[in-house]
Amino acid sequence: MPEPTDVPVALTVNGTTVRLVTDPARPLLSVLREQLGLTGTRFGCGLEQCGACVVLIDGTPSYSCTREIGTLAGRSVVTVEGLGRDGALHPLQQALLDEQAGQCGYCLSGITMAGVALLARTTRPSRDEIVAALDRHLCRCGVHNRVVRAVQRAGAVLEPPTARTGDGA
Amino acid sequence: MIPNTLPQGLIDNPRLSDWVGFEPERRVRISTGKVEIGQGILTALVQIAAEELEVTPERLHAVSGETAAGPNEGVTAGSTSVAMSGAALRLACAEVRGLLLARAAERLGVAAEGLVVDDGRVLHDGRDTGHDYWSLAAELDLARPATGSVPTRSPSHYRVVGTSLPRVDLPDKIAGRGFIHDLAPPDLLHARVLHRPWRDARLVSLDLAAVRRAARGPIDILRDGDFVAVTAAREDIVNRAALAARAAAVWDGGMPVPADIGTPDWLAAQPARVRSVDTGDAPDEAGQTSGRVVEATYWRPFQTYGSIGPSCGLARLAEGRLTVWSHTQNPYALRDELARCLGLAVDAVTVLHRQAAGCYGHNTADDAAFDAAYLATRHPGRTVRVLFTREDEFLAAPVGPAMLVRMRATLGHDGRPAAWTIDLTSPVHSSRPGTYGYHGFRSREALPDPPPQPAERNDRPDAVGGGASRNATPLYDLPFHRLIHRTVDPFPVRTSSLRGLGAFANVFAIESFVDELADAAGVDAVAYRLSLLSDRRARAVIEAVAAMCGWPGDAPRGEGRGLGIGFSRYKNRAAYMAVAAAVEVDETVRLTHVWGAADCGLVVNPDGAVNQLEGGIVQAASWTLKEELRFADGRVATANFDDYPILRFSEIPEISVRLVGDSGDPPLGVGEAAMGPTAAAIGNAVAHALGTRIRSLPLSRDRIMAALLA
Repeated sequence: MPEPTDVPVALTVNGTTVRLVTDPARPLLSVLREQLGLTGTRFGCGLEQCGACVVLIDGTPSYSCTREIGTLAGRSVVTVEGLGRDGALHPLQQALLDEQAGQCGYCLSGITMAGVALLARTTRPSRDEIVAALDRHLCRCGVHNRVVRAVQRAGAVLEPPTARTGDGA
Repeated sequence: MIPNTLPQGLIDNPRLSDWVGFEPERRVRISTGKVEIGQGILTALVQIAAEELEVTPERLHAVSGETAAGPNEGVTAGSTSVAMSGAALRLACAEVRGLLLARAAERLGVAAEGLVVDDGRVLHDGRDTGHDYWSLAAELDLARPATGSVPTRSPSHYRVVGTSLPRVDLPDKIAGRGFIHDLAPPDLLHARVLHRPWRDARLVSLDLAAVRRAARGPIDILRDGDFVAVTAAREDIVNRAALAARAAAVWDGGMPVPADIGTPDWLAAQPARVRSVDTGDAPDEAGQTSGRVVEATYWRPFQTYGSIGPSCGLARLAEGRLTVWSHTQNPYALRDELARCLGLAVDAVTVLHRQAAGCYGHNTADDAAFDAAYLATRHPGRTVRVLFTREDEFLAAPVGPAMLVRMRATLGHDGRPAAWTIDLTSPVHSSRPGTYGYHGFRSREALPDPPPQPAERNDRPDAVGGGASRNATPLYDLPFHRLIHRTVDPFPVRTSSLRGLGAFANVFAIESFVDELADAAGVDAVAYRLSLLSDRRARAVIEAVAAMCGWPGDAPRGEGRGLGIGFSRYKNRAAYMAVAAAVEVDETVRLTHVWGAADCGLVVNPDGAVNQLEGGIVQAASWTLKEELRFADGRVATANFDDYPILRFSEIPEISVRLVGDSGDPPLGVGEAAMGPTAAAIGNAVAHALGTRIRSLPLSRDRIMAALLA
């Protein structure tokens, strides 16, 4: 039920325009999980300390547990549900499966978003670049090295053909 | 035919239909009492069942941890699930296959021995007989007791077991699905509980107006005794209310936690129940020993599981029946204790296991389930969902026990230990619901008229692997071994199982001490270990890891680089594992490479086993280098991941793990095998790098600096 303080907010979520009437202070994570039914983004700490809730906002990995929805008018949000195309997994998701880079899997939504953002910048990230991009993400099961390998594997898949040609020269 | 000895799971749950069922669309249900907690158990069990039934793994789906159906196999803990549930399922599936083939043979008028199963279809002379498991099962009643009389497939013919079948649960999780946190029925009511900061604390005051203001939305506040819960239709509203309630609550009375509880001196000064167990014959000190005594004391602080996902529980009471969704490790014990504590009949309560973030010991899953169940009784017809706050994952969670381990050895003339004493002090390592008459729910103690708790709690007995005493006795050939076990109980905080229980501290202490003895004897640490070990499989993992890491390396002692080794066989009955670690030390420890060699007998899923061992290495490294709970103001003062850093991507070493066992040996649990050896390997590597030994964990910057300045 709308509250007197609710305001209209329009933003893009996973490529679709979404018009909400909501408390502008409501965290993006709460809007995604409860209002939009996108439960793939995870609550870990609510304090920007673990990275489980990271989504892309205009392509930049961002904490959704603290980000207020009222600041996102006109912005574009991508969550783990928005990564696949035509029923297929994103190459990084497929690479995570290929490397079996998961035990409990709880941290993976956030890690995947950060990895996707990195791969959008470079398809050949060094190990140091991957580690730097993922360092604010905590994983307690200890699959870190598998995740690093998965990002490299996905980069090889995503690499534009021209770059591959150049590789052989 | 001599029947197989039935495993306990089949004795407790003899009906074959409890384990296997045939469903439409050529699907097969397997049921297990063990639950997925991130360790990959369901994948391993699917492989075992697929192997015995001779169907492709894709046809199988596992029903796990549902008290209304399927076997009761107790708690999922102790690295026993493949060995226990796997053994039961293997026999049940073999027997079901045998019954179905016998039925087919009868219908076809041929000998069963001439029939072959191909993905559930029955073939005779290579031709489809028109019979399959699903048509045959419809003619048989599988609700019959297992006899164990049907032989299982020979390991030499395995086609699915022993392969790295990808995890069956990972595709959903990678797509963002499959967690208990995502259950969202339309009648959902969000709840948060205000947990007491210490045992028996009394709520003096709570500014309800402040809580309502902070919530910025409609909430209900329920107070019953010292139990307070906030409920609302929206999760962000209860979140804000819960944080405000915590800040506003004023507590008094009860038993605040002593500020110095986290120190070895405090623990050593507590009254304790003491037991002593001698093995072998005490040597004649004058004649049989050199008289040289080596002593050292080691310390493991209070630590916590630090799961990335907070605990979640859902419950609904309708028509007198309570349904609870939980990521508990023991659905049946949870059901029984919920019934007892809420005054319901056991058969009016159903617990359904649903998956959550990784479980590395007794966490708050059962507490969240109780909170949801109690609130469901106050809101009949609604599904109440409780999520722990990150703060309460620290403040209200069971605590991994601190341990003080004193080692003492008298060396013989040959430099080997002639007499050996391990003297350990610790609170109990288990307070799970249902153990020792303890209901185990934090909130039940805050509600009026709590059921009486046992005045005294015992630690887990040695016969079931021990608690504090787990791995207190090494596999080394020792002529005389004395275990002195001091249990500090009652205790000001709720201590319980953390991955490996006492094995982590004991193996850290024992394997550090063995290095100290090797130094005293002037012998290489690997050679010294081998000189004390006649167990062939133990020797093999040590030799394997020494070869992997290039033992003894080229780093001179005391110049900032080090290589160290650690070994144990978890519980002296699960997997053997040796770990080597390479470190660089300046003001902090940088872990550069960790090697592991493990013998876990028959490996159902090699990549799954390696994943568990790699993860165990990372978690143990984190405990060893970084982690320590702090206490202040009568409570746990560590409230979030900034207060309690864990190992990050930038701190993860290169990791190399090899499985060196023989598939002819029975499967041995791997989940906790890496913990102790990893701590010891790092401790020994750091001792080499520094030229001096730090015997208290964690090996933090403060401790390194103190050692350098000493």
